[in-house]
Amino acid sequence: MALHTMTMAELTAGLESGAFTSVDVTRSLLDRIASHDAKLNALITVTGDAALAAAAKADGDRAASNAGVLNGLPIIHKDIFCTRGVKTSCGSKMLDNFVSPYDATVVERLSAAGAVVLGKANMDEFAMGSSNETSFYGPVHNPWDLDCSPGGSSGGSAASVAARFAPAATATDTGGSIRQPAALTNTVGIKPTYGRVSRYGMIAFASSLDQAGTITRTADDAARVLGVMAGFDERDSTSVDVPVPDYLGEIGDSIKGLRVGVVRQHFDEGLDADCAVTVKEAIAVLESLGATTVEVDLPNIDLSVPTYYVVAPAECSSNLSRFDGVRFGHRAENADDLFDLYCRSRGEGFGDEVKRRIMTGAYVLSAGYYDAYYLKAQQVRQLIADDFRKAFADVDVIAGPTTPTPAFKLGDKVDDPITMYLNDIYTIGANLAGLPAISVPCGFVSDLPIGLHLVASHFAESTLLRCAHQYQQQTDWHTACAEGFA
Amino acid sequence: MSWEVVIGLEIHTQLATKSKIFSGASTAYGAEPNTQACLVDLGYPGVLPVLNKEVVHMAAMFGLAVNATVAPRSVFARKNYFYPDLPKGYQISQYELPIVEHGELFVSDAEGKEKRIGITRAHLEEDAGKSIHEGLDKSSGIDLNRAGTPLLEIVSEPDIRSAKEAVAYMRKIHTIVRYLGISDGNMQEGSFRCDANVSVRPQGQEAFGTRAEIKNLNSFRFVEKAINFEVERQIELIEDGGKVVQETRLYDSDKDETRSMRSKEEANDYRYFPDPDLLPVEIAADFIESVRAELPELPDAKQQRFVEEYEIKKDDAALLTTSRAVAAYFEAVAAATDANAQLVANWVVGELSGALNKDGLEIGDSNVPAAELAGLLTRIHDHTISGKIAKQVFEAMWAGDGSADEVIEARGLKQITDSSAIEAVVDKVIEANPGQVAEYRAGKDKLIGFFVGQVMKETKGQANPGQVNQILKAKLSV
Repeated sequence: MALHTMTMAELTAGLESGAFTSVDVTRSLLDRIASHDAKLNALITVTGDAALAAAAKADGDRAASNAGVLNGLPIIHKDIFCTRGVKTSCGSKMLDNFVSPYDATVVERLSAAGAVVLGKANMDEFAMGSSNETSFYGPVHNPWDLDCSPGGSSGGSAASVAARFAPAATATDTGGSIRQPAALTNTVGIKPTYGRVSRYGMIAFASSLDQAGTITRTADDAARVLGVMAGFDERDSTSVDVPVPDYLGEIGDSIKGLRVGVVRQHFDEGLDADCAVTVKEAIAVLESLGATTVEVDLPNIDLSVPTYYVVAPAECSSNLSRFDGVRFGHRAENADDLFDLYCRSRGEGFGDEVKRRIMTGAYVLSAGYYDAYYLKAQQVRQLIADDFRKAFADVDVIAGPTTPTPAFKLGDKVDDPITMYLNDIYTIGANLAGLPAISVPCGFVSDLPIGLHLVASHFAESTLLRCAHQYQQQTDWHTACAEGFA
Repeated sequence: MSWEVVIGLEIHTQLATKSKIFSGASTAYGAEPNTQACLVDLGYPGVLPVLNKEVVHMAAMFGLAVNATVAPRSVFARKNYFYPDLPKGYQISQYELPIVEHGELFVSDAEGKEKRIGITRAHLEEDAGKSIHEGLDKSSGIDLNRAGTPLLEIVSEPDIRSAKEAVAYMRKIHTIVRYLGISDGNMQEGSFRCDANVSVRPQGQEAFGTRAEIKNLNSFRFVEKAINFEVERQIELIEDGGKVVQETRLYDSDKDETRSMRSKEEANDYRYFPDPDLLPVEIAADFIESVRAELPELPDAKQQRFVEEYEIKKDDAALLTTSRAVAAYFEAVAAATDANAQLVANWVVGELSGALNKDGLEIGDSNVPAAELAGLLTRIHDHTISGKIAKQVFEAMWAGDGSADEVIEARGLKQITDSSAIEAVVDKVIEANPGQVAEYRAGKDKLIGFFVGQVMKETKGQANPGQVNQILKAKLSV
């Protein structure tokens, strides 16, 4: 079995038995990235030397019986996570010259557990986008069809895992940026509860919605990585001090009796007919495993996209103010004065989508408009959260499609932001309500993968992982690999 | 026409925490530029603020000290604007829900009557850094050491009616924050500064006039002068048929005038919204009670107690309670001597304060500690020395010549109380001045002063003045 095809579970077994070393694995994957990434553009930075050094250290630790839970396992970080001494671009020209002086908490924890970082994944600029086309470094191509988008904003992370560059990648999700690309690349993407994983060192887009998670090929691997990333961090005031369960230990438990809610509104118009059939089949698999299904109602869910596109831009307009050309990042040359320095540094450093959202955000927060937009959106957000809370009184998970369609062609939606925004119609609700959600490969439509989307109540990641794992034990969609990347 | 002046003050008090409000960097003043700014203060990508608990404690202390409501829930908000000394492009402050609301304090108004000044609110916020232009040819430097320093902004109601009242209010706040130990109140270092909102209206009119805001006043004297200038300017403007415009003005202390910085039209839209990186601050009732229990005796209460317990003059009590250290010094002296408390007060307010001022010392660094001063006053009380000699002794003590007793002994300053010794001198003086003696005996009573002076001269001031008087009168009347 080729090393690049192995999951973290399989690699761990091989490292433990001595069948191969972390240096072997790391070399193999670095070679693979070198030979295949030209087709995908999934990585912005490859940290080959550092990876080999970390792998050698991991092998030494294992020899000294000092192996962390992720000892020697390769991983790729979305380029939104600050990595000490390594360029951290956030997919933007603004940070093309930025080398972070510190590690994000997520990076620190994974490295401390022995993970080996292969590089930094491409992404939509500042995580604003659903197709990976807003990246300063160019779009990422979907391994399943190189003319298609892998989704976004974590398109590089998803494409990397789908192309077998690494068994796992970190990613972030503000409105669907983990789950949508996972669905479009036949991978597993989990966005934990808001506050479950520290945001420290994760470059902010919309602080009240951003959450870090993982992209893997199996729920089992997701449990391994998330178990290390999750947990309270005193450097993030919004991280929550709730004990982290043993995700991996609970993943094998049966889902018999699990109550699955199916949202009526999610199967209305807008959903591709073939996708609807495929997702319903996936839900039937859950029933075959002993789950029961009921229809649930989320009466305000159709307001989630407009609500999101007020709240997220508002926060981003403020979060991105620090990129002013003064202390770090892109600085315009020969500025006439301070105002000119600001205007031109930001004008040159940010791409169109980022500018669009900054302007929208500044507008909805401005005097005279705050009540009508920002305040109103926060009130609707509360209604949507209440809808979920009521629904979870009767069900354990809510199941539905992750996206309305399979992967779309690169360039198709670039000039139509509204259609692009509607790609996240099923995923945004979980962000607005702070709920954990996962996307699991559940079949193919027109030869392109799609995902089953599961949402659970706060801190019920274990339920999602268990449900996804049991589903993957019954199905083999996730083992399918794109042609040319086997 | 007669005009009424309306003033509201916004006082920025730097809270005396060791580390910054949202980061672990030190707040110590005067370090090399940018050596006390960590990644959080620099607004680096990905960093997050974490609230320093101590500032909540300090704000609660202040709230209770001014009889205000300490909010069970307050919210940090972002005030968005671009400036190089503001690394994040927004200042974290409090907007709709401040931590302290509805306070009050009392000052003496122009007629010496007690007057209430309402405190609208006090909120927590972070300070910005500093732009530096001097010595940098055609460029500006930024020092972010101060960025993230905790501030409590205290906003008064527009209850103040004169520059003098404004200063009295500001002094009162200054005294309170120092009593509470929540600020060093150092105005040179910018730890205590204020903005004054000033307007005028015809006497009797209810509606407020248009106000101008004078920014960044960092001394009591400047507050008074700036307000007085601004009041004159506005009255003249209106009386000449002009209109006051709402604007921000700067006080130039060299020219003693205010001038326009920017008008309302140019004002920023700060786009305030709740900071999603910070949770609301929730304060439990038992926390507030524990803070209340640890509050020190406050200036007003202490002043009243001094008047009642020590029976000293109200003005002296006011001076003695301007700081906890001075009050404690006074009480320590009073406890260690049998001398009258008013005498103690006179000495602390008089000689001691003078000496401290002259050498630029704080009372804690006094050359003459409380126990030593008590020793000196005891010697006045037991007639070992006169008050006049005591001043000489004090000067020697200040110069480090030893305790009161040591100085008195070494210099032979002990008062002559031996009657026979004084009588001998008196006899000598009478004998040497037959003319004056005759005049005195003829009824020129005022000459007693001349004889006392002569005796004191002979004894180098050491004779007991009471005894000298008594003996002189007896001998001269013979």
